[in-house]
Amino acid sequence: MALDTAPKGWRSFARYSMLTIVALFILFPVYTTVIAALKPGNKVLENPLVPDAFTLDVLKDAWSQGRLGRYLMNTTIVAFIVTSVQLVTSIASAYAFSFLKFPMKRLVFGIFLSTLLVPLEVTLVVNRRTIDSLGWLNSFQGLTIPFVATAFGTFLLRQVFMQIPPDLREAAQMDGLGHWGFMREVAIPLVRPTLGALGLFSFLASWNQYLWPSLITTEDDMNTLQTGLRLLASSDLDKPNLIMAGTIIAAVPILIVLVVFQKQLVRGLTAGAVKG
Amino acid sequence: MAIKTRRLRDIPLAFAMLGPSLLVLLTFVLYPLGKAVWLGQQTCNVQGKNCKSVGWGQYTTVIKSDQFQHALWVTVKFALITVPIGLALGVGLAVLADKQLRGMRFFRTIFSSTIATSVAVASLMWLFLLQPSVGVLANLGWLRDIFPVIKEPGLLKDPGTALWSVGISSIWANLGFTFILVTAGLQSVPKEMHESAYVDGAGGWMRFTNITLPLISPTLLFTTVVLTSRAFQAYGEMDLLTNGGPIPQDSTTTVTYLIYGSSSIIKNNDGLQAAVAVLLFVILLALSALQFRGFGKRVHYGS
Repeated sequence: MALDTAPKGWRSFARYSMLTIVALFILFPVYTTVIAALKPGNKVLENPLVPDAFTLDVLKDAWSQGRLGRYLMNTTIVAFIVTSVQLVTSIASAYAFSFLKFPMKRLVFGIFLSTLLVPLEVTLVVNRRTIDSLGWLNSFQGLTIPFVATAFGTFLLRQVFMQIPPDLREAAQMDGLGHWGFMREVAIPLVRPTLGALGLFSFLASWNQYLWPSLITTEDDMNTLQTGLRLLASSDLDKPNLIMAGTIIAAVPILIVLVVFQKQLVRGLTAGAVKG
Repeated sequence: MAIKTRRLRDIPLAFAMLGPSLLVLLTFVLYPLGKAVWLGQQTCNVQGKNCKSVGWGQYTTVIKSDQFQHALWVTVKFALITVPIGLALGVGLAVLADKQLRGMRFFRTIFSSTIATSVAVASLMWLFLLQPSVGVLANLGWLRDIFPVIKEPGLLKDPGTALWSVGISSIWANLGFTFILVTAGLQSVPKEMHESAYVDGAGGWMRFTNITLPLISPTLLFTTVVLTSRAFQAYGEMDLLTNGGPIPQDSTTTVTYLIYGSSSIIKNNDGLQAAVAVLLFVILLALSALQFRGFGKRVHYGS
């Protein structure tokens, strides 16, 4: 802050100017996208920076002819299945690691731990073969089942469960509260904020999947938003306004989700960054 | 005795609660890893069937091949472009917006906004900017006159600019993520430390390098590791913007694109794909270990 000595008003003016310039740079690709999506085809290439024509027809075309409506439905189904099942399996396995006594616990825990080291890209060559042999190409099973369990979620929830003193569990047991009751009354209420973050995180990751759906989808009906956009871009490159309308349709739902769940987003993203 | 029966009593419940997760993780994470290692020394027909062992030497062959070495070099260059610039921009933006001023929420929302773009959305937005015939930049006459490369052959088609162009799209797409993380890190820096340093006469830059940077170093380490691994696994950008090209230089064929790309020379060879995938796994593992060791000692975790 070499400007410390400068008058206060001038300093905040400088900061606001910088903020504005940077914001304009970041928004530039969004601006050109919106302009193009709202222009009829014959106007897109002249004056690409100026909104000199307006139509909603391109968005409608992208929705129906470009089939973005169908893709949106597929993606929503996939993301909801993956997220909800992931939450259930994570709670269950985190609970078992925290409160149940069983042999080979360390070994099973080690198996969970080791899966965190394996990047997605490494497994997909074989997973494509597995899904093919199960007859699950072009299916919701193929798009969801490989992702319905997560060691990351298990660890995140286990960390919170471990804060519950063992005495509390024992006292609850004395009072005749079984595992199911303890889970409902004590454990789940405690992890509710973490569940929100985990859920949002899973939803985003699932929504944005690109490589996997492109490997196991060949029928247009099963395309997700991401692979559908890919198809649109390869078949209609001469209609950039249609493609840009498609990207807007694909981006707006997730934008709304993120605005609504801002808090959970920051908590979810920083979960790995803080010392555990 | 009592302890022992309790140990056993939980078994059915533990089995029911862990079983589903375990089944999925074994089938779709650990089995494919093991199988890929095995498949890496095999050769299959075009349909990926009738695989036969050709010996572990196939890994050596892949490592020595020009294609793999080229893809690895492209990947390293891509990481060297995207990670330092992306991190520096993220920190810069976060510091710029880390001030209680009117309207700051608005700017923070804009700076975070690219997190809402998937790789397909972000790449197509940039495709529309950079594409040489229908792209925005190519249709701005004055810009095209200054930089003819925008039109002929196009930033994504010129071997000299293709990787940088993909990199810029990728940096833009990751900027929201980096900004949010660093902002969260900055907010954990106690204000009193800045104030006392200010009283002691430390200037802005000095306070930034001596207080802020050390205190957010865990965040920076985490962000670096994530951005690096994202760079090494980048696929959608190449698939949509360049198809690994321009050909014949394959300027944007990264290791991940070499495995899965639709114009990759090994796209119909499951054995070679598996071998490259296993090598990518080893590289990523070594890389994170290195980053945690190298930076780990210098990271300040506080107390």
